[in-house]
Amino acid sequence: MLSLEAAIQFKNVSYSVNGDTILTDITGSFPKGKITTLVGPSGAGKSTLFKLCNGLKSPDSGEILINGKKIDDYDPVTLRRFVGIALQQATMLSGTVKKNISIPMILQGKQLPEERAKELLTVVGLDESFLSRNIKDLSGGQRQKLSIARTLVNKPEILLLDEITSSLDRVSQQDIEELIVKINKEFSTTIIWITHNLQQALDIGDYTWVMMEGEVVETGESSLLEAPTNERVRNFVRGEVE
Amino acid sequence: MSYLTLAITLIFVVIPLVLSKTLKLGLEKDTLIATVRSIIQLLAVGYVLQFVFDAEQLIYIFLMVLLMIAAATQNARKKGASIKGITWKLIVTFVFVEVLTQGILLGLGITPATAQYIIPISGMVVGNSMVLSILFLNRFTSEMTTHQDQTELILTLGGTPKQAIRTQLLNSIKASTIPTIESQKTIGLVQLPGMMSGQIIAGADPVQAVMFQLLILFLLLTTAVVTSIMLGYLSYPTLFNERMQFLSDHLEEDDED
Ligand SMILES: Nc1ncnc2c1ncn2[C@@H]1O[C@H](COP(=O)(O)OP(=O)(O)OP(=O)(O)O)[C@@H](O)[C@H]1O
Ligand SMILES: [Mg+2]
Repeated sequence: MLSLEAAIQFKNVSYSVNGDTILTDITGSFPKGKITTLVGPSGAGKSTLFKLCNGLKSPDSGEILINGKKIDDYDPVTLRRFVGIALQQATMLSGTVKKNISIPMILQGKQLPEERAKELLTVVGLDESFLSRNIKDLSGGQRQKLSIARTLVNKPEILLLDEITSSLDRVSQQDIEELIVKINKEFSTTIIWITHNLQQALDIGDYTWVMMEGEVVETGESSLLEAPTNERVRNFVRGEVE
Repeated sequence: MSYLTLAITLIFVVIPLVLSKTLKLGLEKDTLIATVRSIIQLLAVGYVLQFVFDAEQLIYIFLMVLLMIAAATQNARKKGASIKGITWKLIVTFVFVEVLTQGILLGLGITPATAQYIIPISGMVVGNSMVLSILFLNRFTSEMTTHQDQTELILTLGGTPKQAIRTQLLNSIKASTIPTIESQKTIGLVQLPGMMSGQIIAGADPVQAVMFQLLILFLLLTTAVVTSIMLGYLSYPTLFNERMQFLSDHLEEDDED
């Protein structure tokens, strides 16, 4: 894993909020063009780690490199357009689906062409008729799909997915997995995927990071989740499977 | 009116005191404090105004206005929600509103440049600007707190801080100015405005009093809208750093009572 070129590299990164340490001495990298899953118990700091990756937060100490360049050397807007996050909550603005999927373009003073909007919706498994629907009438799963589609508008080079299939049924979940794998293959997009579903991590991930209590406990090929050597990881895996 | 008649009007203070006591409303202490404070403050203002009017010196007018702005700043800062480093932003807003309104009034010769006009009008303008600031800050901090996820979403998708707070800012500006606009729609139908009533009682021609009241109303429209917009655009940058990160700890929500 170390020999691969890193899309994102952490060097002794720590982060705290109001004196509470949330991430402790994170070191490791997410290989370019690969799918890495990020697993760990609730509250481990996974979502927080994502917010550091696109500069929504800055670490207290340590260094983050994106494509080998220090994160602070990027203009924040540019950085956030090529490091895209589909947020865990699938936050939406009030209004229509069309408005929400268009946000990334509107922010650049442009319009999202209707054709492109329809195409993106279809790709995540929502049909075109959704375009004029009001956000408040969408189910949790439909919001997640829309959130993924919206994150794709900026065509990010690095795609951070925060539990994007947690509210989806089995079939939709598989469709989204296939879509992400396809994006990864077609555009060599680097994917980092937070999931509570270890089977999903095994199925789609090339690599995995296991996080607990703000620390990275283990990193390596996904298969490490099948027979963990680290005791804490073993306990975690056993707990998740039960 | 003599001091004796004024003393008799204290009956209007006794009524709520008795009612509060009987019904155990617990309003006695605040009622008494309010009464004593209003007597002292207003009489003091009356004597100060008398002095300023007699002195006929511009410097005293200037000092009076400065005092009003200082008091308004102090009050707006203390009351309700706030944003880190708000003090000088409030001062800039009050000064701007005052200069703008007096500039138009005096510049176009609408009112004469005497203490008798400048001071009461400034009082109304600065006082109103203060109320609007409190309304705006309360609304804006609560909008920003409840819609923090939306601010974060816009930033995540590559938006600037200005884009990320736009909806919350516009909602707050609208919400804080609507009461001023709405109250002007029904004015005169139910309640005669205080200033106009005062003038009529003091023996002024009712039509003259109305015209003057209209001037004040129009002035307060400008005051309301300019205060909210200015304070909004001055204060939102404080909520972000140069890395375009949202600093939620710069919001200071109302923690009084
Ligand atoms: N703004 C904040 N202020 C205070 N604490 C925070 C803040 N953001 C996150 N935390 C804390 O940091 C820890 C990590 O949170 P985070 O959301 O990153 O966990 P997570 O691994 O994504 O969990 P989950 O699987 O439940 O989504 C939690 O204990 C959380 O309470
Ligand atoms: Mg999370």
